[in-house]
Amino acid sequence: MRGALSAALLSRAAKPVLFLLCLAPLAWLVYGAAADQLGANPAEALIRRLGDWTLRGLWLTLTVTPLRQLSGLAALARFRRMLGVFTFSYASLHLLAYGWLDMGLDFGDIARDIAKRPFILMGFSAWLLMLPLATTSFNKAVKALGARRWQALHKAVYAIAVIALLHFIWMRAGKHNFAEPAVYGALLTVLLGWRMLRRLT
Amino acid sequence: MLIRIPASHEPLPSEITPRQVYLSRRQVMAGLGLIAVAPPLLAQSAPGGGKLPRLAATPSTVAGAIAADKPTRYIDATSYNNFYEFGTDKSDPAERARTLRPRPWTVAVEGECAKPGNYDLDTLLKLGAMEERVYRLRCVEGWSMVIPWVGYSLSELIRRAEPTPKAKFVEFTTLADRAQMPGLRSAVLDWPYVEGLRMDEAMHPLALLTFGMYGEMLPNQNGAPVRVVLPWKYGFKSAKSIVKIRFVEKQPRSSWEDAAPQEYGFYSNVNPGVPHPRWSQASERRIGEDGLFAKKRPTVIFNGYEAQVGQLYAGMDLRRNY
Repeated sequence: MRGALSAALLSRAAKPVLFLLCLAPLAWLVYGAAADQLGANPAEALIRRLGDWTLRGLWLTLTVTPLRQLSGLAALARFRRMLGVFTFSYASLHLLAYGWLDMGLDFGDIARDIAKRPFILMGFSAWLLMLPLATTSFNKAVKALGARRWQALHKAVYAIAVIALLHFIWMRAGKHNFAEPAVYGALLTVLLGWRMLRRLT
Repeated sequence: MLIRIPASHEPLPSEITPRQVYLSRRQVMAGLGLIAVAPPLLAQSAPGGGKLPRLAATPSTVAGAIAADKPTRYIDATSYNNFYEFGTDKSDPAERARTLRPRPWTVAVEGECAKPGNYDLDTLLKLGAMEERVYRLRCVEGWSMVIPWVGYSLSELIRRAEPTPKAKFVEFTTLADRAQMPGLRSAVLDWPYVEGLRMDEAMHPLALLTFGMYGEMLPNQNGAPVRVVLPWKYGFKSAKSIVKIRFVEKQPRSSWEDAAPQEYGFYSNVNPGVPHPRWSQASERRIGEDGLFAKKRPTVIFNGYEAQVGQLYAGMDLRRNY
């Protein structure tokens, strides 16, 4: 069983399949926007769903290592980078959608909005922190930095996840609607808790 | 001698059409078959869903009651709603409000008034002449719609109740029935939903006691069977599915003030100059009108109704009384 799984994960088709899977939400959103299927306020729907997929991507990325350790399927590690880069892509599209659809690409307004509104500042900080991770995701960058420094830098992903979660909680605070942030919070507690436990034991 | 100075929005006594003349005009019109035959013009340009009973109305003659803006599509106005009694997602009310039973329905009118009473829906429907009014609706979240409502001025009901001099405010209570409203299970707000107005705001002719939209009875998700609509205030001030109207001496505490006093004030007049703590109120997205990549349109003080309602707030600091 594990052998078959491992073989599937190592197969040449595995990465292209994951690539297409990661593109699917975006394709669905673009189709929805073009076909007027995003409801009465398509701009808001696009911004929010891109944000949702960023969070999901980030959480999936953080699931790879615990899953690998629990299952013993070393091949899982092959997919972590692609998930991370896709997460960054969705985060960038989320930011772009906010800046364009919500703020009309008025950079003065955007800067004021970021400075003034804590939940937007949180989201923007999370994206900024993602930048060095995304730009050092190439093999050459790993080599140039050296594995140890590269790993230390990429530990920032834990902070990014916490800030992204705060951004989401803050955004939902207006409606006192914490059901979804609570689910993300619980999952993140497990994902980060698992790592702490392993370190302690 | 008492000299009464009319407010600027009030007509001079000399301008008021004598009742006999007005009635005889109606008779002529009815005799020609015009009143019964002529369908309301506006409802035609903004078709309803075709599923709910029609609610006949004539275009309102109240100043400012008919906005020149293009009405929002019925499908958008009935599928993108904030009505937390059915859930906090804007698609929730349309999906879940079918459990609301808009009939039989009674509205209790009580408190500081000489003639309190329970009005059933059919009595309310006959209390005043139904008018169609096309109002801009500005949600506090930064989007707007244009809706052809059907109803009559809230003042008509208030006058009948004969409020006492102690009645300084009016408090509206929305139905809170767990059997009909699944959203009540969540603790988003302290149910029932309560909203309030100062007496002069409630008496303003633009304050509409509303029974229909797009020429039909109100859909459940839009606050059936009776709600108020206050076009110069953020949408949440316009209480839906009202079961109680109470005259009170002290300023009522609205549900949103209760939940987040630093974010939602008692007045909540549309004001581009007073930002919400988490977003700007300077602009808005007109649902169904502005393209995906269009810049949002500027929000106007009192949602464009300053000429009509501005004098209600003369001398008030609108930043403090947000």
